[in-house]
Amino acid sequence: MKKINKNSLNGFINYGIVIAAFAVIQLLLGMGRLSNSLQSLLVPACCYIVMAVSLNLTVGILGELSLGHGGFMSLGAFSGITASILLQGAIPMAPARLAASMAVGAVFGALGGVIVGVPVLRLQGDYLAIVTLAFGQIIQNIIMVLYVGVDSRGIHLAASKERFDLAADGTAIIKGPMGAVGVTKLASFTAGFVLIMITLLVVQNLVNSRSGRAIMALRDNRIAAESVGINTTKYKLMAFVTSAALAGAAGALWGLNYSSTVASKFNFNTSILVLVFVVLGGLGSIRGSIIAAALLYILPETLRAWDIAEYRMLIYAIILILVMLATNNERLKILVGRVIPKRKGAAGNG
Amino acid sequence: MSFLNNVITGVSLGSIYAIIALGYTMVYGIAKMLNFAHGDVIMVGAYVCFFVMSGAAGLSPQAAVLASVGAVLLAAVVCTALGIVIERLAYKPLRSAPSLAVLITAIGVSYLLQNSAQLLWGADTKTFRPIVEGSLVLIPGQLSISYVAVLSIVCCVVVMAALTAFTGGTKLGKAMRACSEDKAAAQLMGIDVNATISMTFAIGSALAALAGVLMCSAYPVLSPTTGSLPGIRAFTAAVFGGIGSVPGALLGGILLGVIETFAKAYISTDLSDAVVFAVLIIVLLVKPAGLMGRYVPEKV
Amino acid sequence: MAEKKQFQKGKMVPVPSVSIIPERDLGKSPILECSHLGIDFGGLTAVNEFNITVGRTEIAGLIGPNGAGKTTVFNLLTKVYQPTRGTILLDGLDTHGKTPAQVNRMGIARTFQNIRLFSNLTVEDNVKIGLHNQEKYSMFSGILRLPKYWRQERAAHERALELLSIFDMQDLAGHQAGSLPYGAQRRLEIVRALATNPSLLLLDEPAAGMNPSETAELMENIVKIRDTFQIAIMLIEHDMSLVMGICEGICVLNFGQIIAKGTAEEIQSNPTVIEAYLGKQQ
Repeated sequence: MKKINKNSLNGFINYGIVIAAFAVIQLLLGMGRLSNSLQSLLVPACCYIVMAVSLNLTVGILGELSLGHGGFMSLGAFSGITASILLQGAIPMAPARLAASMAVGAVFGALGGVIVGVPVLRLQGDYLAIVTLAFGQIIQNIIMVLYVGVDSRGIHLAASKERFDLAADGTAIIKGPMGAVGVTKLASFTAGFVLIMITLLVVQNLVNSRSGRAIMALRDNRIAAESVGINTTKYKLMAFVTSAALAGAAGALWGLNYSSTVASKFNFNTSILVLVFVVLGGLGSIRGSIIAAALLYILPETLRAWDIAEYRMLIYAIILILVMLATNNERLKILVGRVIPKRKGAAGNG
Repeated sequence: MSFLNNVITGVSLGSIYAIIALGYTMVYGIAKMLNFAHGDVIMVGAYVCFFVMSGAAGLSPQAAVLASVGAVLLAAVVCTALGIVIERLAYKPLRSAPSLAVLITAIGVSYLLQNSAQLLWGADTKTFRPIVEGSLVLIPGQLSISYVAVLSIVCCVVVMAALTAFTGGTKLGKAMRACSEDKAAAQLMGIDVNATISMTFAIGSALAALAGVLMCSAYPVLSPTTGSLPGIRAFTAAVFGGIGSVPGALLGGILLGVIETFAKAYISTDLSDAVVFAVLIIVLLVKPAGLMGRYVPEKV
Repeated sequence: MAEKKQFQKGKMVPVPSVSIIPERDLGKSPILECSHLGIDFGGLTAVNEFNITVGRTEIAGLIGPNGAGKTTVFNLLTKVYQPTRGTILLDGLDTHGKTPAQVNRMGIARTFQNIRLFSNLTVEDNVKIGLHNQEKYSMFSGILRLPKYWRQERAAHERALELLSIFDMQDLAGHQAGSLPYGAQRRLEIVRALATNPSLLLLDEPAAGMNPSETAELMENIVKIRDTFQIAIMLIEHDMSLVMGICEGICVLNFGQIIAKGTAEEIQSNPTVIEAYLGKQQ
C-alpha cells in the first residue's frame, strides 16, 4: 500500500504505548523501585484498562449506554474462580490454568451478554441503560445468595446455605454473602499485560473490519445503516457480547488476584467508575480509555497514602465535575480549536 | 392478615418511591437528563431533618409536633436551595452538551454530596428519630398501620394531586410542559426556559427532602450513602411507569414498593432486588417505554 | 431474484437509455410493481391505492405538493413503515414482512430527504458501509486479519474510490463525512446507496438546496448512473426542470392518492395536476 492506513497507525501506537509501559514497569520491578502498594495496583489496573476498552466498544463505538458492565466482570470473576479450582487437577501449571480460567470467565461474560442483549438491544437510549443497570444489580444479588462447592460426588450448586449439602471432604468455592474464599492467587502482571494486548487486538481489529464499520454505522445513524442492508440486531449484539466477554476475562483476572472476592465489589459504583474512565478518555478513543483507566485508577489509590486521604473522593468528585464542565465549554472548545486544527475523520478510532 | 399487612407496607414504601420517582421523572421530562444526584439530595434532606429532630428531643408533645413540621419545612427549603444551586453550577453550563457528559456530571455531583456529607457529618450510621411515632391499630394484635405509613400515603396522594393541578392548570405548569415538548419552540413563545428548568429542579428537590424524611422515619437509619439505593430503585420506578410521565411515576413507585415487599415476604429477603429488577426488565420488553410512557418512533 | 448485475471494474461503458413510460408494455418484466399499496396512521390514511410500475432501466419521478405522501411511499418501499395493505413486488418477489435491511439486500437502495450520513466516519468508510453485504468475510477473519480480510478490504477500497469517482469525489475519501459541504453530502448519499448494488435506486429530493448549475450537473449524473449501472431510478423532486428533463415516467401524488401518471408533456398539460399545485381557477 502506498501509505499506511491512519487507523492502523493509531492501533500500532496503542500497542506501542502498552508494550513500553510494560517494559518500563518490568524494569522498575527488577530494580526494586516500585513500592509494595504500587505493585499491588498493577493487576487491578490492567483489569480496569480492559474493562474501559471493552466498555468503550459498547458506549463509544456502538453508542449504547451501558450501566452494568460490572455485572459481566462479576460473572467472569466468579466463574473464573470456580474454573480455577475445578481445573486444579487437570491443569497443574499455574499460567495455563489462569489462561483457561480467563477463557471460562470470557465465555460466561459472553453468555451474560447474549442473555441480556438478545431481548434488550431492541430498547433504545436510556431504557437500555436502565436495563443494563438492573442486570448488574440482579447478578450481584444472585451471587450474594449462591453457594458453589465441589466434593468427591461432583459440583454442588445451591441458592441458600440450608440447601448446600457439601460432603466433608469438599471445598466450598462461593459462599453466598461471603463470596469466593480461599482462592489460590494465579494472576500476574504479565497475564494482565497479555490480556490488554488481546483486548486491543480484538477491539481495534474489529473496529477496522466490515463488522466494526457496521457497528459504527448503527451508532451514527441507525435508519441509514438499515437502509444499506445492515442487520441491526446482529451487529449490536456482536459489539455487546464481545464487550461482555472481555469484561468477563478481566473479571476472572481480578478474581484470581485476591484470596477472596465478594459480589458487592462489582456493584453499580464499579460500572460507573469504568464509565467515567471511558467518558474522560474520550468516547470511541481506545487510547483515551487506556490512559484514563490507568491514571484515574492509580492516582486516587496513591492519594490514600497521603494526609489528604479523607478528602480523596471529594477531590475526585470536584475534578470530575470540573473536567466535564471544561471539556464541554463552548468558548474553551473554540479556543482549543484555534490552537489545534481539527483532525479529519478521526472519530471512532485512535 | 399478613397479606394485608404486606399490602399496606408495600403501598406506603411505594408512596415514598413514587415521591422520589416524581423528582426523577420531572427532571427527565424537561431536561432529558438522568439526575443521578437526586438520591443524594434525599440524604441531605434526611440529615437536615435529623439534626432538627435531635435538637428537639425532650420537648413537650405540642412543641415536638411543631418541631417535626419545622424539620420537614427546613429540609425542604435546604434541598430546594441545593437543587437550584446544583442545577445552576453543574447542569446549566451543559445544556447543549451530549447527554453522557451530563450523566457523568450528575454522578460527580452525587459523589460530591456523599463525600461532603461524610466529611461534615461522619461516615457512621445515625439512628433517625421518626417525625411521627406509634401506629394506628385496626385489629388489635393482628393489623396495624404505623402513622409514618399513613403519612407517606397521604403525602403521596397530596403531592400527586397538587402536581397534576399545577402542571395542568397554572401558567408555570404549562410552561413546564411546553419546555418538555420542545425547548426551542417554548423559547420562541416567550417562555423563560432556564427559569422553568430551575423551577423543576426546585420542585423535584423539595419532593426529595420530603421523601428523605418519610423514608428515614419508616426505616430509621441514616448514613451518607442512605440515598443511593432508594435513588436507584425510585429511578427504576420512574422508568417502570414511563419516564417523563407524572401518573406513571405514581404507578411505577407503588408497584415497585408492593413487588419489593411481596418478594421479601414470599420469595426471599436476599433476592428482593433481583425480583424487582427482573420485573422491570420484563415490563420494558413488553412495553418499551414503560407502563404509561409514550413511544415516539424516529421520523424519517 | 434473477442474477444480480455485478458492477464491473473499469467497464463504465455507457449503455444507450431506453425510454420507458409507465403502464406500457415494457418488453421485459418490470423491476417494481406496487398494487393497492396503502398505509394508515391511526385514523389517517397517508397513502391509498398506490399503483405503479417501474421499468428495469426507467427514471421515474414522484411529484406532488408538500404533504402529499411522497416520502411515505419511499418509506413503504424500503419498509421503514410496514404497509397496511397492498403488495410490493421487486423483480417479481414480494417484499411482504421484510425488514429495511432485507429489502436493501433484495435490491432497493435509497437516499434521505434530511441527509443521513454516518457523519463521524470518513467518506470512504461511508461508501464501504454501503459495500457491507458485498464483503463476505466473518467477524473472526476480521479480528485475526486472515488473508481473506486483506483481499476483500483491498477490493472494497478500490471499489469505494471507483464509486466515488462517479461524482469526482475520490479526493475527498479521507475527509470526515459530516464536514463536507451540503451538496457533496447529498452526492455521497447517492454513492453510498449505489454501493449496495441496487436494482432500484430511490432518491428523495436529490437537488434540494442545490443551485441551478449543480442541479444541471446532477441531472447528467443521474442519467449517467442509470446508463452505467443499468438500474431503475425513482426520484422525489420539487425542481420541475429536473423532473421534466430526465424522468421518463412521472407520477403525481396528492393527499396520498395518485392523481395523474404519464410522460412529462402529459403531466404538464393535465388540468388535475395544475389544480393540485395552483388551486382551482376562479
